[in-house]
Amino acid sequence: MLASISGNGWALIGAALAVALAGCGSAVGVGIAGQAASGVVTEDPDKFARVLIMQLLPDTQGIYGLLVSFIVLSKIGLLGGGMGDLEAGDGLMILAACLPIALAGLVSAIYQGRTSAAAIGIIAKKPDQFGRAMLFPAMVETYAILSLLISILAVTSL
Amino acid sequence: MAVMQMKRINICAMKKNRKAILERLQELGAMELDIRLENDSGYERQDASGSKAAFEKQAQTADRALEILQDYVPEKAGILSSLVGKPLVGREAFEGAAANQVDYMATANRIVSLERQLAEKKASILKAQMQMESLTPWLSLTVPLDYEGTRFTKVMIGTMAAGMDLEKVHALLAWEAPEADVPEADVHIVFADRDYSYLAVICLNRDAQTVETALCAGGFARPSLFTHRVPAECHDALAKEIADAQEEVERLEKEIRDCAGSREDLRVISDYYRVRADKYEFLGQIPQTKTTFALSGYIPAAVVESVAREFSEEFDADIEVEEIGGQEEAPILLRNHKFSQSVEDIVASFGLPRKGEIDPTTVTSIFYVFLFGLMLSDAAYGIIISLACGVMLHKFPRMSEGMKRSIRLFFWCGLSTLFWGVMFGGYFGDLLTVVGRTFFGVEFTVPALWFAPLNEPMRLLLYSLLFGVIHMFTGLALRGYTCLRDQRYLDFFCDCVLWFMFLLGLLGMLLPTELFAGIVGQQIAFPAAVSTGARCFAVIGAVGILFMEGRDKQNPAVRIALGAYGLYGITGWLSDILSYSRLLALGLATGVIAQVVNQMGSMAGGGIVGALVFILVFLIGHSFNLAINLLGAYVHTNRLQYVEFFGKFYEGGGRAFAPFRFKTKYVDIKEENNLC
Repeated sequence: MLASISGNGWALIGAALAVALAGCGSAVGVGIAGQAASGVVTEDPDKFARVLIMQLLPDTQGIYGLLVSFIVLSKIGLLGGGMGDLEAGDGLMILAACLPIALAGLVSAIYQGRTSAAAIGIIAKKPDQFGRAMLFPAMVETYAILSLLISILAVTSL
Repeated sequence: MAVMQMKRINICAMKKNRKAILERLQELGAMELDIRLENDSGYERQDASGSKAAFEKQAQTADRALEILQDYVPEKAGILSSLVGKPLVGREAFEGAAANQVDYMATANRIVSLERQLAEKKASILKAQMQMESLTPWLSLTVPLDYEGTRFTKVMIGTMAAGMDLEKVHALLAWEAPEADVPEADVHIVFADRDYSYLAVICLNRDAQTVETALCAGGFARPSLFTHRVPAECHDALAKEIADAQEEVERLEKEIRDCAGSREDLRVISDYYRVRADKYEFLGQIPQTKTTFALSGYIPAAVVESVAREFSEEFDADIEVEEIGGQEEAPILLRNHKFSQSVEDIVASFGLPRKGEIDPTTVTSIFYVFLFGLMLSDAAYGIIISLACGVMLHKFPRMSEGMKRSIRLFFWCGLSTLFWGVMFGGYFGDLLTVVGRTFFGVEFTVPALWFAPLNEPMRLLLYSLLFGVIHMFTGLALRGYTCLRDQRYLDFFCDCVLWFMFLLGLLGMLLPTELFAGIVGQQIAFPAAVSTGARCFAVIGAVGILFMEGRDKQNPAVRIALGAYGLYGITGWLSDILSYSRLLALGLATGVIAQVVNQMGSMAGGGIVGALVFILVFLIGHSFNLAINLLGAYVHTNRLQYVEFFGKFYEGGGRAFAPFRFKTKYVDIKEENNLC
């Protein structure tokens, strides 16, 4: 049955995985951080802007997924018309190229969400430590960025 | 790039000049009190906590009055109100507030007491309303609720469970009556609702006991409300009471609103008391004798001369200026030119320089703006950011210093974004191309001045890593500079020169390899001499590090082990360099998402409708993209500075200079002759 999937099909699966898995991760991450942020704002509405920034940190993975997925879609010609026939092997290669950002995006966004929630805790108690608090979630994101890089390089050079 | 040099100033003066000296010091805001006495005997400290608390209380009253005013006469606050900053008040006006303090505080106290009266009135209205509500079921009753009966009859008024009608009550009486003679009772159902039946039962005195027992067994309860008046009358009285109270509430509210004009005065007086309270706190810390007092503290070396002269001339004070002792950690005040000043807060949030460390602000500011622009890299976004920041800076000149610095930083970052956008050909992504194709049927692209990253990602990746190498080598060089400045030549050689040799050698060996050529797609060939040189460098560096990294250990085995561990640090360098690939990733993210937005907008095709859809999508999509990527660029530029760059030479951990000065909440006091 798998053999009947065309190259375009494989590529689409890849694009879908990239945007969906990374998006799921970001949804969970932003959700976790948002709960912590809401708690802080209940106590001290003045910290709204700062905790909002913290909450938004895990949302980038979803965007990275979208980015890779968009490059794939335009590469196989789904956007802008003129979708050509892709060999199943080439399609599978595109699928494989999508996997780094899909998987690392999923996991890193969730953990970045947890770290953000903890960093929001820092802001609740020591608002002047904003700069340092922001670094902890940013560390987690590094791995999503590295995966994004490989995904982009692989997709564009295929 | 400078940490302001600090000196210690010791002031000794007569008590009669104490007030003037303290006030002048506070006005100057140039000295941080730091009393170090070897021997405390002979001095005493004045207990100023009472005066301090009194002033603080006054300030709180004024604050409370302002809060109340804000509740009743809200001051309109726009989105940009946080940028407006504190109004400037002249020194005269500020001192003038002191002369009128009795009046101002009378206003403040009046507002607070009006508010208290208001709360009481509102509570009484609420109470009356509740009473009225519980009276409502009894309104048709023509006797008071506590009516006991006549000479021969007994009246019982109360509630029973819902659904009690005449029949059931009579059945209850019959059931409970011990003998055959069922007591005579006249039962009235005054009112019935979902929860209760409201009854009035009249019976002869002789049956009263029996009837009451029977009723109580059925759950009869007297009303909780007692008045001696007929319910309807009582109801009317309550209604009048509420109306009166309502009127009173309106009067009080109007009176509070009438005080709105004194808001400015209250602000000034609140700050005045705050400043006074600070002064008394200061006073409580200084050692005094019967006729003299002494002060000691840190002061920037740049102003110490003029302060010393002024104080000894004007106030007959005995001034002594010393160097700061070797063990002491002086507080840190940074001084930079306008451009670099804007990243001072970013450096400070990592940590101010410790004793002996250099101020990294200037170098950081250059790289900060450079890297930020590279990550955002869209000319149109850059223009938007710079314009917005420029307008804000121009329109709100009185915004707080911290805010001003941040906005100025983003102004520069915006310019850098514009520069990189032009280099990479990003103007709202590929907006012009899409608009041209969709609405005018022309194909054209704005050429990138340098190259388009999406077409040549590998090329930008290499440049990103190159910028990273430059950034980190600068950090290493700064470390070397610190060593040289402190004349630690061995450290300079081991920690800086050896590492430079090792890293440059490795780079020289890596560049001509097949592996590198495979990545870049281009073979780099070095002359043989350079290759050999690179190898020599790498080997000398590695061997040097192996032997010198653990140079403070005597045991040769430990020393070599530490050296090996030091060599292992090369992995850290590798991961740090790769970390700069985020420059490419984030730059691409901005561009590609902008393209997605443009493409989505163009999906409705040309024509009027298409144009409207396009504008809508354009506005929403690009605002979102700008916001998200602005955040991303900010976070990741900080990270590159803090982790990759500061990690090479900077620890931080200094204490900020906290001078004795006017700490105000609402107004800024105009400094007429500030020295700092």
